Amino acid sequence: MLRLDQVGKTYPNGVNALERFSASIKPGEIVAVIGGSGCGKSTLLRAIAGLDRASRGTITLDGDVITAPHPKIGIIFQEPRLLPWLSVADNVAFGLDGLSKQERTARVTQALSRVGLADKAGVWPRELSGGQAQRVAIARALVPRPEVLLLDEPFSALDAFTRRDLQDHLLDLWADSRPTLILVTHDVDEAVVLADRIVVMRPRPGRLFEEIPVFLSRPRDRASALFEDLKRRVLTSLDQSLDRAVPDRQDQALTGEAMWW
Amino acid sequence: MTAVEMTLAQAPSIDLPAQPRKRARHLRSLLLGLVLPVGLGAAWELAVHLGWSDGRLVPPPSVIFATLWELARTGELWTHTQATVLRVAAGFAVGVVSGTLVGAIAGYSSLSRRVLDPTLQALRAIPSIAWVPLFILWFGIFEASKVALIAVGVFFPVYLGVMGAILSVDRKIVEVGRAFRLSGPALVRRILLPAVLPSYIVSLRSGLGLGWMFVVAAELLGASEGLGYLLMDGQQLGKPAQIVAAIVAFAVIGKTTDWLIEIAAAPLLRWQDAYGQQAGEA
Repeated sequence: MLRLDQVGKTYPNGVNALERFSASIKPGEIVAVIGGSGCGKSTLLRAIAGLDRASRGTITLDGDVITAPHPKIGIIFQEPRLLPWLSVADNVAFGLDGLSKQERTARVTQALSRVGLADKAGVWPRELSGGQAQRVAIARALVPRPEVLLLDEPFSALDAFTRRDLQDHLLDLWADSRPTLILVTHDVDEAVVLADRIVVMRPRPGRLFEEIPVFLSRPRDRASALFEDLKRRVLTSLDQSLDRAVPDRQDQALTGEAMWW
Repeated sequence: MTAVEMTLAQAPSIDLPAQPRKRARHLRSLLLGLVLPVGLGAAWELAVHLGWSDGRLVPPPSVIFATLWELARTGELWTHTQATVLRVAAGFAVGVVSGTLVGAIAGYSSLSRRVLDPTLQALRAIPSIAWVPLFILWFGIFEASKVALIAVGVFFPVYLGVMGAILSVDRKIVEVGRAFRLSGPALVRRILLPAVLPSYIVSLRSGLGLGWMFVVAAELLGASEGLGYLLMDGQQLGKPAQIVAAIVAFAVIGKTTDWLIEIAAAPLLRWQDAYGQQAGEA
């Protein structure tokens, strides 16, 4: 169980990025965090990752207080961030320490074939396409078998087709060991496709605005009426979080596969 | 999408005979580069042969090669080359070690950078030859002052290269190391070192180039052996062929040492996403 208790973050320059954020996230739950820029969603993720320390409040994973990167928490960034001097296989093995060589090779091979890139083990990262590189990054994050996997807008740099592909692929991988996923995104579709719960945040200072549970069964049909309804609900909540006038249903229907910034 | 990627991945294996074709293209560009120097040399040789010029001040290639051969036969060439190479090697070693250390310190800690860098930049602005009189007073007229001068020449490019490389390491990549909980030394070994390696090699090569430049300066200013001494001796005794022979020797050795660094570094830099390599690989 991942618990966030009154977590706040003020940066040294005085910006209050996150204010009193509390949540409990069950093992295996998929949570999408969505909100306008400056709502503290990335700050929140970095605090859970232990990359930045929260100024106030505590984050605990199964009782361990998180102040630095934790072995049971993995992270996938917006960019693949592969190490260009290591082969694809060595990149995947990067986080695997203290294992025998055979064990390591076995796990890397398995992870690479799981993301459909078994034939790319020996190549350099620069020879991969954007989607392939991000899949290697997913393999690298999953191979130490984290209990919590954080994703910071992981597919936002990819084209729409690849993005869909990887969203489905991520769910498929998640089903293997069912880690907790916490996904920061500004793509409403992505949130609704993936999450069990959508956390909408509002900016300045970043804080929780609304939690929207998603009760759709998986696999989710992006074209279904229920899906559309839920998307509209999230969009409405986002607009309210920014004190914007809520456009009527007709207009929103036209936006279709809207990206929400 | 996967299907498309698969075909793309397999495409290069279809035209396998790329290797010989690549070599042929390489050879042709090599030959093309030789046209100008060989042509000029041949033309001058012909001009002297036909008596259009006596070739006394600008000796034709045959005379230069004869001089080189003579120097090699008497063993003089080896003594002088050896003396020069040893000086460069010693100065290069001192310059590289100190430049790397100071550059690493200045790159790693911003406090020491603010302390060190202004002074070092000021020292760098001094034309290094200006140190010669002082170095002679401090280290005497023999080897130590020459090695010191070369070391100073090598130090600055290496220092700048290392510091700049550390400063420009991608923060995002370093964060990957932190996310995987690498300790300080492991972070240096597994992230920082490989990341700075390409620009480090470049700075080593420019440092070596300056080392060769400075050994000539040092030897011109007073030496009893070395290729620079051959230059000086050629001037004083009016032997232009000997001067050109020494220059040729400098060119050959300088190029060879640079090439040695390149060869030694190549396996470490195979991963680089460089434009020049794209054509060859994949």
